[in-house]
Amino acid sequence: MGRTTSKSYFWSGVRDSTPFVFVAGPFGLLFGVFATEAGLQLFETMIFTVLVFAGASQFTALTLMQDNTPTLIILVSALAVNLRVAMYSASLTPYLGAAPLWQRMFAAYMMVDQTYALSITRFEAEPALTISQRLRYYFGTNSLIAPVWVGSTFAGAYLGSQIPESWAIDFALPITFLAMVAPALRTPAHVAAALVGCTVSLLAAGVPYNLGLIIAGFAGMMTGAQVELMLQRRGMET
Amino acid sequence: MNDPDPVQLWIIIIGMAVGSYALRFLFIGLVGGRQFPAWVLRHLRYTAVAMLPALVAPLVLWPAATGGQPEPARLAAAAATVVIGYLTKNVLAAIGAGAVTLYGLLFLLGG
Repeated sequence: MGRTTSKSYFWSGVRDSTPFVFVAGPFGLLFGVFATEAGLQLFETMIFTVLVFAGASQFTALTLMQDNTPTLIILVSALAVNLRVAMYSASLTPYLGAAPLWQRMFAAYMMVDQTYALSITRFEAEPALTISQRLRYYFGTNSLIAPVWVGSTFAGAYLGSQIPESWAIDFALPITFLAMVAPALRTPAHVAAALVGCTVSLLAAGVPYNLGLIIAGFAGMMTGAQVELMLQRRGMET
Repeated sequence: MNDPDPVQLWIIIIGMAVGSYALRFLFIGLVGGRQFPAWVLRHLRYTAVAMLPALVAPLVLWPAATGGQPEPARLAAAAATVVIGYLTKNVLAAIGAGAVTLYGLLFLLGG
């Protein structure tokens, strides 16, 4: 009985995740091309993508590497870009925290934007779900996107060097990141965080070792948090 | 383009693998059911919207492909991406708007 139900939750997760194939596919392709252009071997790109499994961080690291940034600054910057998964982890804990450790270890590896967004929406909408149903759904949302991301990275890395310069592929990264951020600007606090992040980053462009990115990121985060508090005090919905 | 130093590359790959896994595992694995301070979560909420534009802003204003000179097609493409993404809340529509603007203007201006 439970088996049939759980199985359908897995497939429900797979189904809900299909639109994101059109995000993960091009994004992976782009990373593969970008990594090859940055001088990475095919196997280096693939190990990078499978072990780290965090597209935006991987792009950040490669961008900074091309700028001769010190290793420690690259690591801190790339991980700071991925700080948001810590928030996902915290926010999913009430729903998945009771699962066995080995399942939580696997769930942690799979924690990315799309699967978080789908899962938290479903878990909040259906509080009566059992742990097993939630896990099935969660892993369902990963089962299609993860292979698409890895496969398209491979395709991009393989094709990488054959893409002509006139395609202006250098600008695919800014466009993709801006396209991911713009829909997330839901509140004045988000907009303020983004504006301060941009402004400080441009002003701090001369700071050595590309430290400007970290400074700008933290300035933006603090701005977002402060604006959120301000709006709350005024009794506005955030 | 100069090839990356393999030692630096592998330090970064291993460091990021360990670091990003730790970020993901931290709460779900170790903290368990305990609540995290509200102020920390309030800051974490804004990491993506602060860090990603900060990373992109210099690439938009001073693209390496033009030797660091501001370039109208890239500026317009970035603006179109943000406006369409903000209005439609749709990632693919935003990417489409940015790509069409970029290639359209590169074609017209490069004529």
